[in-house]
Amino acid sequence: MAEPQRARPKPTPETQHFWEGTKAGELRLQRCDACAHVYFPPRPFCPSCASRKVSIFKASGKGFLYSYVINHRPAAPGFTPPYAIAVVELDEGPRMMSNIIDSPQTPEALELDMKLEVAFQKLDDNITLPVFRPAKG
Amino acid sequence: MRRNQVAVVGAAETTELGVIPNMSQLQLHADAALNAIADAELKLSDIDGFATAVETPQQVCHYLGITPTWVDGTSVGGCSFMLHVRHAAAAIEAGLCKTVLITHAESGKSMIGKLPRSIPADSLQGQFEAPFGVYGPPSMFPIPVLRFMKTYGITHEQLASVAVVQREWAAKNPRAMMKDPITVADVLNSRMIAYPFRLLQCCLVTDGGGALILTSADRAKDFPRKPVYIMGTGESVETPMVSQMETFNSSRAFKVAGPLAFKEAGIAHKDVDHLMIYDAFAHLPLFGLGDLGFMPYEETGKFIADGNTRPGGKLPLNTNGGGLSYMHSGMYGMYALQESVRQMRGIAPAQVAKAKISVCHGVGGMFAASGTIVFTNER
Repeated sequence: MAEPQRARPKPTPETQHFWEGTKAGELRLQRCDACAHVYFPPRPFCPSCASRKVSIFKASGKGFLYSYVINHRPAAPGFTPPYAIAVVELDEGPRMMSNIIDSPQTPEALELDMKLEVAFQKLDDNITLPVFRPAKG
Repeated sequence: MRRNQVAVVGAAETTELGVIPNMSQLQLHADAALNAIADAELKLSDIDGFATAVETPQQVCHYLGITPTWVDGTSVGGCSFMLHVRHAAAAIEAGLCKTVLITHAESGKSMIGKLPRSIPADSLQGQFEAPFGVYGPPSMFPIPVLRFMKTYGITHEQLASVAVVQREWAAKNPRAMMKDPITVADVLNSRMIAYPFRLLQCCLVTDGGGALILTSADRAKDFPRKPVYIMGTGESVETPMVSQMETFNSSRAFKVAGPLAFKEAGIAHKDVDHLMIYDAFAHLPLFGLGDLGFMPYEETGKFIADGNTRPGGKLPLNTNGGGLSYMHSGMYGMYALQESVRQMRGIAPAQVAKAKISVCHGVGGMFAASGTIVFTNER
């Protein structure tokens, strides 16, 4: 029997640019051309002012650890517990859920507000996930 | 909405609570409904308004043999029933129906006839949360806790005390699932589920249901039970994605729903004799006390740890034992409402003496939704 697989995102027309970005090694966000609000998750209008004039841009990939849990049980398919499920606040403002790599999955290693930088984890030819690691320096 | 124009005249839970392997989820709805009908001394044919969540109104209405002129299938998670009460009160006041039945049931433990809950891979949750290992409420609901603790200086011991205090209430309740006393050390030594939360800080998983019957306050005086009036109501939604909440220092949905209900009821915090805050996990009473404006967030942990919400304390909270110790079939809001109604009728197992105003605050779909009802037994 095949190993249970991690949940795989299926892009929609509104999110396609995001997943093409991660495949190309870029974290892409959207900014409103009218009010400059930066937002996530993707949609073709501004959730702050409702303008449909919005632009996609490459984010810095830098942020900090806003909050997390270390999940023990039940574990999601494709995950070996304990593993941290983190929410990262990006320097551009939006927050996103992710995982923390290159770090022990412990409360001691995972300090709130620690600086993080994006990395990319290829799941298959179609999907690359944005994950984060402790920032260097 | 005008206060005290609509009242609860029937209220009941399923005959059994806990593990009910001999009943499907749909039959649990019927069991609760029939008990509430009997409580109100009505016939099913008297019901002309119906509301439920997860199961569809058409499913439950047909099963029960009800032909309604008003239905509400609002399904926003465990607080759906608070929203149903609010909507039903408005519908009765508007003359759309006279007698509303609200049912909840869930075969949460035995999983018989339970509808599957799945997250489509092309939904926003399926794309931007599920791939990172969230898997059910224990891995999602506590995600804001560490930030909340850091912002307000809340300790692990204080969060553990929520479970300890609620077990004290449960010990007084013969129908509570878990009644043995526990200590803060017991909580902090229980099995890790999703750090920082351990087993005893997570809700139970049980089978059960409940039902309410509402009618106009004018008609309510002719019913056999003491009417429990709807004094104030509030509701809101924020986001189904816990990662996308405006902040982890509060719940926007709580901060909208709670104050709306207080304002409508025309009450101040000191007027509240009895309080229910939906406790799927141990942090929710702290969010609730802060977001509903009972005290600054910084004081919420100490307030509970110091015993202010325990039996004999100045603000009796979650007096049935809560989702942590009484029961939690998956959508606990109905059981919180049932306890508020029992307290207002004066028949709760752990009755708060002379209680006249009860606030019942619900949460749904992690922090996605919220509903608040203020009840009173005086018109």
